Amino acid sequence: MSQIKNVDEDLQNLEKPIAVSVDNISKNYGNVEALKDMSLKFPKGELTSLLGPSGCGKTTLLKIIAGLLEPSSGTVTVNNKRVTGPGTDRAFVFQDFALMPWASVLKNVSFGLEMRGVEKTEREGIAQNYIKEVGLQGFENSFPHELSGGMRQRVGLARALAVDADVLLMDEPFSAVDEQTRRKFQEDLLQLVESKNKTFIFVTHSIEEAVYVSDQIAILLPRPSRVSEIIRPSNFRAKGVDAIRRDSEYLDIVDDIWTSLRSYVE
Amino acid sequence: MQNRAFILKLFSAFALCFAWEIAGRVPISYAFPTFLESMSALMQMTADGRLFEAYAETLRPLIIGIAISAVVGIIVGLWVGLSQFFDWLFSPIFIVMQAAPLAALIPLLVLAYGIGLTSKVIVVCIMAMPVIVLNTSGAVKNTPESLKEMGISFLASRLSVISRIIIPAASPVIFAGLRLGISAGFIGAILAELKITPTGVGDIITYSRSIADYPSMYAAIFSIIVLSVLFLNLLDKVETLLFKGNERGYVSD
Repeated sequence: MSQIKNVDEDLQNLEKPIAVSVDNISKNYGNVEALKDMSLKFPKGELTSLLGPSGCGKTTLLKIIAGLLEPSSGTVTVNNKRVTGPGTDRAFVFQDFALMPWASVLKNVSFGLEMRGVEKTEREGIAQNYIKEVGLQGFENSFPHELSGGMRQRVGLARALAVDADVLLMDEPFSAVDEQTRRKFQEDLLQLVESKNKTFIFVTHSIEEAVYVSDQIAILLPRPSRVSEIIRPSNFRAKGVDAIRRDSEYLDIVDDIWTSLRSYVE
Repeated sequence: MQNRAFILKLFSAFALCFAWEIAGRVPISYAFPTFLESMSALMQMTADGRLFEAYAETLRPLIIGIAISAVVGIIVGLWVGLSQFFDWLFSPIFIVMQAAPLAALIPLLVLAYGIGLTSKVIVVCIMAMPVIVLNTSGAVKNTPESLKEMGISFLASRLSVISRIIIPAASPVIFAGLRLGISAGFIGAILAELKITPTGVGDIITYSRSIADYPSMYAAIFSIIVLSVLFLNLLDKVETLLFKGNERGYVSD
């Protein structure tokens, strides 16, 4: 049994506080409407996926939340504060890792702290901890080109974790790593959501990935861009990472999403 | 590995000198001396101090011109790369400068600035600056978008984005521009001495040719090439000192 409900009903049933709220966001590039009057709530401490076919504006929405793009109209609020640009409350994980190739892993991970004015020994200590946490201990002085794709994204993740922001914005973070590494990443991500009290906003084009890692999945559809439905899987998360892919609810949701997206994929 | 590279370089230089010696002995032209003749002329010029006097004269416009070209060139290049407005304002000037037939314009420069140091410095700058500006601006424009976004999202100020991300990302190409610009500056310095007033190394070349002392002429040319190679090697050292990651290659994906 899948647990598909419509948006309003769903939000009323939520007891969790809202960490990020997107209200009536529109974004135009010239005459092209990338986003039109989009509203969406992201509950605190949960992972919400933005899922949809290419061109549905999911990355645009994420960048607006990050403060990297300015919306044409509408507001984004993070912890009840209106977003006007990048802030200490959000950290970004990039699809192409965006590591500085001339800097060591340690320097890359401590970059965000450095920009926040944290003093050198302190920031390197913090960075060291997160490098260890993502499993890259011993690679502190390596350079990005010496690492595999998966390890590079772990550096990107450590950099985002190091600044200890409330909201982690992830733009297709696992799309550039191989299938096996991706599975490991997904399991690690579940653990991360559970252990850190952070809000995750996760853009992906993989239906299985979205259903696997999400507390809440927002399906975005293109032309005009809109949130078509919000899905909250209920049961299978508690059954443990190994059981999820065989759970019938998981399989049903994956199937339902594909049915509703199929006609939008060229 | 380091050793092997050095040996190969040495071997390459030796092969070149050997080919020169053979070509001089054939001889391919009456006016082409052998390598050994040229070297002994070089020794002689060094011994009687003529070479040092000449370089004291030549290095002045060269160093001033290269310093101006490097500093102004990189600053203007950054500016042009960062702002579309300055791109439209300045780029055409440097493209024209690079394409201009400099030798034909030298009489004009002499009319305007006389036959002194100023004209020679300008010749060096016209040779060296465009490629530095164009390389720098091109590299700045090509900074990966996601790296800039990364900087902005992690709260780097505009200045930090430029100094911590854009400049290091552009540095390999900026240094490539400096290398090309400096070699062009060396050519410019000699060109100025041949075309404006024969002084310094240009004087040795002109004078030796006029009295058919070809070994001395080629010795002077050889010395300027060696100096320019040494200078470029020094620049490589500066690059690895400033940007340690550059020698480690780049991550393209």
